[in-house]
Amino acid sequence: MQQRAVFSGKLLPLLLLLPQIAVTLVFFFWPASQAIMQSVLQEDPFGLSSKLIWFDNFIEVFGNPDYLNSLWVTVLFSGSVSLLSLSIGLFLALQADRIVHGAVVYNTMLVWPYAISAAVAGVLWLFLFNPTIGIVAFALARLGYDWNHLLNSGEAMTLVIAAATWNRVPYNFLFFLAGLQSIPKSLVEASAIDGAGRFSRFWKIVFPLLMPTTFFLVVVNVVYAFFETFGVIHQITEGGPARATEILVYKVFYDGVIGLDLGGSAAQSVVLMTIVIALTVIQFRYIESKVNY
Amino acid sequence: MIDQSPWERIFTHGVLILGCLIVAFPVYVTFVASTHSIEDIIQVPMPLLPGGHLIDNYWTALTSGADSAGNAPVGVMMLNSLIMAVTIAVGKISVSILAAFAIVYFKFPFRMFFFWMIFVTLMLPVEVRIIPTYAVISDLGMLDSYAGLTLPLIASATATFLFRQFFMTVPEELFHAARIDGAGPIRFLCSIIIPMSRTNIAALFVILFIYGWNQYLWPLLITTREDMYTILIGINRMLNVGDDQADWHIIMATSILAMIPPVIVVVSMQKLFIKGMTETEK
Amino acid sequence: MKMKMLVLQIAAALLFCAAASALQAQTKITWWHAMGGRLGEKVKAIAEGFNKSQSSYQLVPVNKGNYTETMTAGIAAFRAGKPPNIIQVFEVGTATMMAAKGAIKPVYKLMAETGAPFDPGAYLPTVTGYYTTTDGKLLSMPFNSSTPILYYNKEAFKKAGLPDRAPSTWPELVEFAQKTQRAGYPCGFTTAWQSWVQIENFSAWHDVPIATLSNGFGGLKTEFKINSPLHVRHIGNMAKWQKSKIFDYGGRRGSGQAKFTTGKDCVMYMQSSAGYAGIKRTAKFEFGTGMLPYYPDVQGAPRNSIIGGATLWVFEGHSSKEYRGVAEFFGYLSSAAVQADWHQFTGYLPITTAAYKLTKQQGFYSKNPGTETALLQMTRAKPTANSKGLRLGNFVQIRDIINNELEAVWSGKKSAKQALDDAVAQGNRLLRKFERANR
Repeated sequence: MQQRAVFSGKLLPLLLLLPQIAVTLVFFFWPASQAIMQSVLQEDPFGLSSKLIWFDNFIEVFGNPDYLNSLWVTVLFSGSVSLLSLSIGLFLALQADRIVHGAVVYNTMLVWPYAISAAVAGVLWLFLFNPTIGIVAFALARLGYDWNHLLNSGEAMTLVIAAATWNRVPYNFLFFLAGLQSIPKSLVEASAIDGAGRFSRFWKIVFPLLMPTTFFLVVVNVVYAFFETFGVIHQITEGGPARATEILVYKVFYDGVIGLDLGGSAAQSVVLMTIVIALTVIQFRYIESKVNY
Repeated sequence: MIDQSPWERIFTHGVLILGCLIVAFPVYVTFVASTHSIEDIIQVPMPLLPGGHLIDNYWTALTSGADSAGNAPVGVMMLNSLIMAVTIAVGKISVSILAAFAIVYFKFPFRMFFFWMIFVTLMLPVEVRIIPTYAVISDLGMLDSYAGLTLPLIASATATFLFRQFFMTVPEELFHAARIDGAGPIRFLCSIIIPMSRTNIAALFVILFIYGWNQYLWPLLITTREDMYTILIGINRMLNVGDDQADWHIIMATSILAMIPPVIVVVSMQKLFIKGMTETEK
Repeated sequence: MKMKMLVLQIAAALLFCAAASALQAQTKITWWHAMGGRLGEKVKAIAEGFNKSQSSYQLVPVNKGNYTETMTAGIAAFRAGKPPNIIQVFEVGTATMMAAKGAIKPVYKLMAETGAPFDPGAYLPTVTGYYTTTDGKLLSMPFNSSTPILYYNKEAFKKAGLPDRAPSTWPELVEFAQKTQRAGYPCGFTTAWQSWVQIENFSAWHDVPIATLSNGFGGLKTEFKINSPLHVRHIGNMAKWQKSKIFDYGGRRGSGQAKFTTGKDCVMYMQSSAGYAGIKRTAKFEFGTGMLPYYPDVQGAPRNSIIGGATLWVFEGHSSKEYRGVAEFFGYLSSAAVQADWHQFTGYLPITTAAYKLTKQQGFYSKNPGTETALLQMTRAKPTANSKGLRLGNFVQIRDIINNELEAVWSGKKSAKQALDDAVAQGNRLLRKFERANR
């Protein structure tokens, strides 16, 4: 992290940090430590009997082929959703940034579906693609394509990726647009006068200035794809057919909340936390070292 | 402004219109579904033009639809959602501005320790630790309270992260100018940083409002009184019909109703965005 | 003067408060349930009826989401020391609840302790059998129970020149399906709840075990038997039929229902008897019901089908006064009038013989043809060890293992034998895990 000028004072910053630290400790570290404890126990759901079994839960998690399958599904799903929603969001924001007249209308139209929760988005897409009554499935059938994501795992994956991406594009659009608009137009114009073409203008001037926004969005989108897409998966495929769309967070939820296997679910939570914390650290370390603000 | 050729302009508009259509299509279908009777919706293919049951369906949704789901009236549920969403948005924004400001503009003992302590939580939503968090809320006696509904959701670092990213792009000259004027940290924060962050605050308000509005699993677990239910729980109640046929037309109508407040927030914040951008042009 | 007024006002306010708290001296009983939509409304009405029938208790029903959400909420509340009095748990959660000694109070014990009048003989044995100990003691109060039946499209049957009745055997079903296919209907039949209908009920109906030790009633050491030659034959047939669309998979639970109710796709549908009202509301054609088909060459088939649905469990840790209220409510709930009304309104089975008789007397079955099928099928024969029900731990997850494996069969990724072997292996692993946790 680069050096910048700072205020002096030791007490004030701690006071400013206090609320954040307090909620983090009480509502994050406390429950998280309980999850870690739970992960080395074998317990019935009601907590009436519990036994320390050390790492048996972890051994079982990693010995389970379903878990490894879930890891791969997560990589594929999260990668596709992040990449697609980021690039579509950026592309649309670039177009919208050029508009002089009617910008408000486009912006509003592109942003407002963001108000729809992942779960409801799941319901909508399911409604469109339902093999029996879905209007899109019907149109596809007319074109000679027999859509059935209930049995075809590729189609199921495509559908959940599309729904999650659709749900996410407005968010990325909003941030990219805000980022683009905070770039002084004079800078871009100056380079245009210098004769830089559209693409080189974008890559040399605009994109570097967008880096802080992009970095933020990459991190937040990976989180989104890892966790908040839960609603989409839950509504559309429930991890099926035959586990083709079972992402890690769905499995944690499923084993813990539906299967009531608290130890196994907690062990998965711990693994998930470790993966995600590692990802966060890598992103901060690597990207920050590359980016000059 | 950089000149654009007519073809470029057509392309730009074309892309945007296409984007709008794709983005809006599922919502349009929802709206259409909310204006038909249940028999029409489950026919193949479903009609693509609004039907004649608009008033019927919305009236049912508003008066008895949610009631038949065994809930508090729609009004109360909307109010709960509103309180929850606003509290989360305002709470998270205030907490994070202060924290991000401290991290970016100060040097103090254990700064990095606190930094990582906050940012490891960045990627861990409440779903992953839901049962222990429930126990914590219950130990604190916060079941069935707005505090219990909102505080655990405020404990995440997304907003802090965003403010940090933004503060780091604030030109250092401003900082020096403020020092020369003799401004202390608090004045610097209030009269320079916060006004400058207006666009970001607006964006975050939208995002957090919607995040709060769309919570489902958490409010469901920690509320045991129906007058604490949120509108999204109401919708899920209607979906949860066991072996009966779900009332898709009413569900769709309620979904549209539940979209209205967040859409109003999004659209009105849009204005603030525009304002923010015209000012940077000066 | 003013002072006096004030004192009077305060006194009046205090009096009012006292009166209000006397009203609140009614003992409050909370009931967490999973009934949304119209069913939730009915639950509310039952609670209101009970509250009006007496004055010492106030029953408060709270909808806590779907079955799994309700159960999770109940367990989380118990762990936090604040359980509700009554919780509705679906049938596959039975083994989990049963194993939680110390957390739940079995119904037979509740009734004995509170001295409430209780006659176990009044209940339909095929309903309560699922929820009793091996020596016949009732653990939880049956509330909503149903059993799968076959629905068929009368118009389609007519068009294809078929008799106006459901096929009784699988070969006959195939024959009917082929005829309706020739008459222009693309799909023969679809099924809801594939594991419940095509594996669990299929086994009971053909009197073959689902698992050893009387389907788990006999102890935790039970193991799956669903890869028997008969199971493999049936699932293999369905895979074959999926190709020719005699069978067409419509998704988990009841999500394939529209395939039947649009009237243009599948002409037969196997679904819970409690789906009757929903189908009636959305199908624009006449439909009839029949019992599940069977393979005529299997000895002992057809036997009787088993139930699904949910029961009410009582949590430990409340005052004896509250338990008296719970017992009184269970008595009210079991009364013939309440049961008959619930049965006729929802399509769920009545839990007492008296309610069944009352419904018959009221002429409900003759006015609504097809509604008695489920009861006739359930009570067709005396349940055997194979058809009493099942009691298997971790069964919620196991059902989804079966779902996953069956989906692999329908999509042609696995053979029936392979998939069922895999289901047995994975299922047994979860059974062992349950055994370990509850030893």
